[in-house]
Amino acid sequence: MEHEITLIVNGVPRRTGVPARRLLSDCLRHDLGLTGTHVGCEHGVCGCCTVLLDGRPVRSCLTFAVTVDGAEITTVEGLADADGGLSAVQRAFAECHGLQCGFCTPGFLCTVTALLRENPAPTEDEVIDGISGNLCRCTGYQNIVKAVHRAAELLAEEA
Amino acid sequence: MTTKLFGEPVQRREDPRLLTGNGRYLDDLGREALAAAFVRSPHAHARVRDIDVTAALDVEGLVAVYTWEDLPERVGRALPLLIPHPALTHGRTAYPLARDVVRHVGEPVVMVVAADRYAAEDACALIEVDYEPLKPVVGLEEAVQGAQLVHEDVPGNVGAHLVQEVAAADGRGAREAIETAPHTLAFRLDIERSASMPLEGRGVYARWDGRDLRVYSSTQTSTSVRMAVAAALGLPLPQVEVIAPDVGGGFGVKIVHPWPEEVLVPWAAMTLGREVKWTEDRREHFISSAHERGQVQYVRVGFDDDGRVLGLDVTILHDHGAYTPYGIIVPIVTSTQLLGPYKPGSYRVEFTAVYTNTVQVTPYRGAGRPQGVFCMERTMDKIARYLGKDRTQVREANFIRPEEFPYDQKMTFQDGRPLIYDSGNYPEMLRMIKELIGWDSFEAGPGRGIGIGCYVEGTGVGPYEGGHVQITSDGRVHVSTGLTSQGQGHETAFAQIAATELGVPIERVSVVTGDTRRFGYAVGTFASRAAVVSGNAIALACRKVREKALRIAADALEANPADLEIADGVVHVAGTPSAAVPLSTVAVLANPLRYAFDEETAKATQFAGAAAPDRPPVAEGEEPGLEGRDYYSPIRSTFAAGMHAAIVETDPDTAEIKVVRYAVVHDCGRLINPMIVEGQIHGGVAQGIGGALYERMVYDQHGQLVNASFMDFLMPYATEIPHVETGHLETPSPLNPLGVKGAGEAGVIPVSAVIASALEDAEGIEVNRMPISPSELFELRAARMG
Ligand code: FES
Ligand code: FES
Repeated sequence: MEHEITLIVNGVPRRTGVPARRLLSDCLRHDLGLTGTHVGCEHGVCGCCTVLLDGRPVRSCLTFAVTVDGAEITTVEGLADADGGLSAVQRAFAECHGLQCGFCTPGFLCTVTALLRENPAPTEDEVIDGISGNLCRCTGYQNIVKAVHRAAELLAEEA
Repeated sequence: MTTKLFGEPVQRREDPRLLTGNGRYLDDLGREALAAAFVRSPHAHARVRDIDVTAALDVEGLVAVYTWEDLPERVGRALPLLIPHPALTHGRTAYPLARDVVRHVGEPVVMVVAADRYAAEDACALIEVDYEPLKPVVGLEEAVQGAQLVHEDVPGNVGAHLVQEVAAADGRGAREAIETAPHTLAFRLDIERSASMPLEGRGVYARWDGRDLRVYSSTQTSTSVRMAVAAALGLPLPQVEVIAPDVGGGFGVKIVHPWPEEVLVPWAAMTLGREVKWTEDRREHFISSAHERGQVQYVRVGFDDDGRVLGLDVTILHDHGAYTPYGIIVPIVTSTQLLGPYKPGSYRVEFTAVYTNTVQVTPYRGAGRPQGVFCMERTMDKIARYLGKDRTQVREANFIRPEEFPYDQKMTFQDGRPLIYDSGNYPEMLRMIKELIGWDSFEAGPGRGIGIGCYVEGTGVGPYEGGHVQITSDGRVHVSTGLTSQGQGHETAFAQIAATELGVPIERVSVVTGDTRRFGYAVGTFASRAAVVSGNAIALACRKVREKALRIAADALEANPADLEIADGVVHVAGTPSAAVPLSTVAVLANPLRYAFDEETAKATQFAGAAAPDRPPVAEGEEPGLEGRDYYSPIRSTFAAGMHAAIVETDPDTAEIKVVRYAVVHDCGRLINPMIVEGQIHGGVAQGIGGALYERMVYDQHGQLVNASFMDFLMPYATEIPHVETGHLETPSPLNPLGVKGAGEAGVIPVSAVIASALEDAEGIEVNRMPISPSELFELRAARMG
């Protein structure tokens, strides 16, 4: 049986029918065509599938789409400014070489966006702690940590 | 040249799309495609008696179910043995779908195609396979006993056996040299299984339009997948195209091909006349792709009072898993690269590669080197300990000296060519790493130790790569090469090379990799070879184009080509900037036209007066267009090197191990983009830390992989990885025009050796097996206490 749901994705209301078992990650990727959200494990460990649900990072592979009917969701596609300019977090990742293959990147970007909203000037330990739920197999994290600090700097400059 | 970008930390050109969710990975493609899923063996070793699919037939959305018997003869053949070797006397490969016998948990038995993945998995769950379980062979010891066989026709489970020996200058063999050496030591060293584990798994998506087949695969070699698929499906090569889209990491595992799915998905697409896609899930990646590292190594060494190695005798047991599609590259690499920066007086190495009922073993970043380096560096540490010498002193006593290059190790490398080191400066590198970590001032204490590890890595193996460069009439430069990218930033590094060679702004250069429509000849991305082999091919292709551009511009400017230079995309007479013609115009002049599309192209049409009426529009020996293609085929590998050092602290109660400092000095010849090279090192070190402290594949006695998830296979998070301090040394390679060496695998290679070295220093106990967990350290402590 299909359930009609409405998700406000990146500010746009999207209606779709989903079976109860449809994962939010699959719904975003395959029903709504927003393939920027990636799936690295489908069991809640890697963080690739992280999206913002009403502003808070969640693992979309552990969320049934039907349970978030009516919610506001931000995916990596919604992080850039309205005019398409990259967000401070996105720019910092580019500047600091915080990505290689880019597969984990959308999850990190969403996580870090929420992290800096909550804590605009995190310490080194707070940064490491803040990203400690996301796996990256390419970068060794060093440049991701650097990018988070840099993003905080950019955000402060632009505030 | 105003556009000298070679060597600069240029920001990556692939990032904007990857940062905005606009990357295109395999599963992002083919939204309308049917989905494939597989029934995989739950047994490590079993005979398939019967397959009953009836219950699955009612699943809504089911399209097709295939077993081995349903495959045409050609499609159902055993997969190719990619790298045959005379020592691999009993090479065995799998069938795309199990034929009679399954030999590891995860082997595909039935393929299901359905409207979507949910339906396909529903159907898989309803298919009943009747297995007759056979006794599995798990672990090297059991394999070597040969009581049970993985393949009935492979006696003793031995797939390959190889002895290589380099005698001493006086002709004596290593064993003899050890017998008569002043000191000898013998020990066993173990490394456990791990795996590449890219965050994106494998995947294949195929489209058949009735005549042409297009296959997308998350692969490290699209050109070779293309040949393999064409062969398996009996299609003429020109009717098959293979594209590697954005790939979410490879680290070795994706060089294997054709995977069963790479044959079956295209075949199903042709058979059904529909698009078909398969995306690997994480559990599938654990149990049906490939692993590496697992090896047991017995070392005997004879040395003098200075710690100089007079004879080294290594016997390796290599666990191949169930099949050998990639041949015996891993133990060959261990055997040869074990030598590192050293020159033992004599060397004998013997390996036996055996089958077990586990996932097949193929290269993972480092490809046998981490095991070899662990062997050699443990040996150096043990000699130092025995003689009461500083560990760096013993290493130094064994180094190849800078004046000894090129240095012939007198062995055969993994490419079948002589193991001759082209260049390097190991004493200087040692000085740098000691300084970086503060070796001489370090004070070890209980629970605090320092360690070191050195390696040499043969990079940039052949046979070749090619590059194609085209400048179009809009002044843009289009570069393509056949090998693939999985995050190494090739679009940036290769654009830097092209921009530098051609004198154009990098913004005008675009790079395409891994698309057989653009470049059909290539080998693939592995063995730290892309920058070396494709990088040089692209540079050579650019030089051809440059020469042609200068020739045409010289004609137009009535100048001598030798007096011309290119800057900012404009050809001008040196010293006379006004006598100039932009490359866009040169491209127009290079291609005489009948039809115009815009103002630029109008200049090349037949009444525009550009061509001399008494000569053919395209001169003899010329070709239209401002483009060039060239290849680089290295005579042999070029040898990069590095030395790592670390400081670790251990907890006296919990035996927790913390890496507090990690330093790397690295020499990959000339750097194309230092930012990218550092990123490669960071990532490699992180994988090395994973392999040293956390990651292992745990099989139970039934051949079940009991930790086949990210929950239980412990890949490090940011919390586990130390900050890496790096230093670069540049000894250019004399072998290639750019003087570069490979950098992709470097970071991972010596980490287990370094951590073991530091732990020994901290704990005063011998560490002979990696990875090491806190509970294992605890047990080692307990054993010492007796
Ligand atoms: S895909 Fe959701 S956590 Fe890995
Ligand atoms: S950039 Fe490849 S996994 Fe993080």
